[in-house]
Amino acid sequence: MPTNASTAAHALTDVTASHATLRRFLHGLPGVDAVGLEARAASLGTRSIKTTAKAYAIDLAISMVDLTTLEGADTPGKVRALGAKAVRPDPTDRTTPSTAAVCVYPDMVPAAKAAVAGSSVKVASVATAFPAGRAPLSVKLADVREAVAAGADEIDMVIDRGAFLAGDYLKVYDEITAVKEACGSEARLKVIFETGELSTYDNIRRASWLGMLAGADFIKTSTGKVAVNATPANTLLMLEAVRDFRAQTGVQVGVKPAGGIRTSKDAIKFLVLVNETAGEDWLDNHWFRFGASSLLNDLLMQRQKLATGRYSGPDYVTVD
Amino acid sequence: MASAFEYAPAPESRAIVDIAPSYGLFIDGEFVEAADGKVFKTVSPSTEEVLSEVAQAGTEDVDRAVRAARKAFEKWSALPGTERAKYLFRIARIIQERSRELAVLETLDNGKPIKETRDGDLPLVAAHFFYYAGWADKLDHAGFGPSPKPLGVAGQVIPWNFPLLMLAWKIAPALATGNTVVLKPAETTPLSALFFADVCRQAGLPKGVVNILPGYGDTGAALVAHPDVNKVAFTGSTAVGKEIARTVAGSRKKLTLELGGKGANIVFDDAPIDQAVEGIVNGIFFNQGQVCCAGSRLLVQESIEEELLESLKRRLSTLRLGDPLDKNTDIGAINSEEQLSRITRLVEQGEAEGAERWSPACELPSSGYWFAPTLFTNVTQAHTVARDEIFGPVLSVLTFRTPDEAVAKANNTPYGLSAGVWTEKGSRILAVANKLRAGVVWSNTFNKFDPTSPFGGYKESGFGREGGRHGLEAYLDV
Repeated sequence: MPTNASTAAHALTDVTASHATLRRFLHGLPGVDAVGLEARAASLGTRSIKTTAKAYAIDLAISMVDLTTLEGADTPGKVRALGAKAVRPDPTDRTTPSTAAVCVYPDMVPAAKAAVAGSSVKVASVATAFPAGRAPLSVKLADVREAVAAGADEIDMVIDRGAFLAGDYLKVYDEITAVKEACGSEARLKVIFETGELSTYDNIRRASWLGMLAGADFIKTSTGKVAVNATPANTLLMLEAVRDFRAQTGVQVGVKPAGGIRTSKDAIKFLVLVNETAGEDWLDNHWFRFGASSLLNDLLMQRQKLATGRYSGPDYVTVD
Repeated sequence: MASAFEYAPAPESRAIVDIAPSYGLFIDGEFVEAADGKVFKTVSPSTEEVLSEVAQAGTEDVDRAVRAARKAFEKWSALPGTERAKYLFRIARIIQERSRELAVLETLDNGKPIKETRDGDLPLVAAHFFYYAGWADKLDHAGFGPSPKPLGVAGQVIPWNFPLLMLAWKIAPALATGNTVVLKPAETTPLSALFFADVCRQAGLPKGVVNILPGYGDTGAALVAHPDVNKVAFTGSTAVGKEIARTVAGSRKKLTLELGGKGANIVFDDAPIDQAVEGIVNGIFFNQGQVCCAGSRLLVQESIEEELLESLKRRLSTLRLGDPLDKNTDIGAINSEEQLSRITRLVEQGEAEGAERWSPACELPSSGYWFAPTLFTNVTQAHTVARDEIFGPVLSVLTFRTPDEAVAKANNTPYGLSAGVWTEKGSRILAVANKLRAGVVWSNTFNKFDPTSPFGGYKESGFGREGGRHGLEAYLDV
């Protein structure tokens, strides 16, 4: 159970005192048995979510979507359309909840801001030389500051996977804290690990703790730009990390799987993972998000089917 | 688990299985009444609803069935292996085709969750038949010399915890090697064996090769004592196993026994904790702990006891107990009133002896036989709950300080069926596993079954191996 939050947080502050202490701490975390982790994720995937539970889960999932467009071809018009969709995902049914946020490149933040003005929808911006993160720190920080100045409510940063894989954890830590500082009190920080590039579950667990120690508000699986993105197993692992981190420090951190979640069925499986791992405190878009673009339309179609009993098909949801 | 995300009931439909109001014995390819007309009822343990009335085999029926099996043996054993394999492959495929029906049936008659029968029992049953079908024409190369011969008629007595799977473990290797069988299912779970009889007919299996005799202990006793039985295979309690060993002593019957256990699940301080917790849960709460190889003793290194128990208790609070047909149920019903009272008695004894009892908040259904998942802490080797097989969802937690102590405690039992070792250190796995006196040692997993892997016990957990190439030996004259 959570011990006294301030003392525990203090105990963990020592962890980041030096390269050696940080490394010792991260390498001292319990290992992850890959077979067991994947088996647990698969077994939770067999939960059968029907009727009222399904209706609840679909609405919850819609409210957790970070509706995303991260293309070189993005235009203000495209972002405007996306913003309108985020605010009112189903124009034929006003009871449909808004999504959590729209997620765009930094230069599109003003357009996004305008599009969602007056709604609960947040504007998230990727920054820090997304998706590769291969830029000098000064450039990354400028990227963040510009996005925040333009009104971004949330910043999705990428960690320096090269430094992480080279064992230079303190460098990664310092970068995250610097970005966190640049976010100030205005913007919440999501830290993207690009789990597909970290490749082992042990690394994902270490990265999760590293991110949380450095002050991440959210830990996020991936950019959506590499071959392996969010999976039930890596998300389960990160949910265990935020659960354990809160138990030790009293600080709650959110989780955002991103990339590759396309169907309602998949989204519901992730919500089951949340429910049965981190618990219901995370069943809220302040603490759990889906980074996705095509997922929303499938959720809307399933929502319509539950409401009407008919599957109307893709012509009855908007393409934005 | 009161949560905003309440899972709505998701029951598997019963409509897929058609249970007749009464069933006969299956002898010589026909369903027949018992010679003395006796019947007994089989109930669904989750509701106490009577499912069907089943003929109860007596001594005369045993004799009739053994004679049918003897008669069938001549032709069956003379068939080329490739021909016997065809029947076994056919049986395996029919089981796959009817797996949903059989899973629902098994859940109704046994009380275990549909999740387990659907994803565990049935796939393993089919896999077992497929596996031994593959051996039927390769016996020359099994390591028992050229053209090893079958034994004759096998008398097989199986338990109620995995009714169809135990049937598969017994019948598949027996038929593959050219024996014929008379099998007695447990009195609380006769239905899936009787449906299997129908599968045999559907597969066109020659009459008399498989005979099914539902009944109580006296039916089993008559079967194993029958003078024309060449091979006895039994899975069940150690007490009955000893009785059977006495019965067949001095006869020329070949005997294999798969008996009780008190498996130790050893968790070292460098274990993958989250997965170890899953393994502990799977080790003792799978099938409500009614598993002979259950990891019913948790041996945890003292330095992580508190942390591990905290995680374990949190995890137990998420277990969903209730309607076994609900697809989201993790813990089903105890198989019978008798078993429930045995569990209750042993747990009360544990409390009386001073062990600390804990269960998650958990509402038990008002009808049927139910027992909440239970942990005992402050347990020592001297406690009854650490020594006796409870055969229920009850875990005893003990601690150790060093690997040697873990091994000594794990082996300090008259049983020797299963054990588990949890550590991220490969060398420790090998070192500890080699010292454990248990037929199966799992590392960083538990209750993992595969037809290719031999299974069986040391000491009072029995002898002989089932599964794998080793499983052929019990049915061959070698």
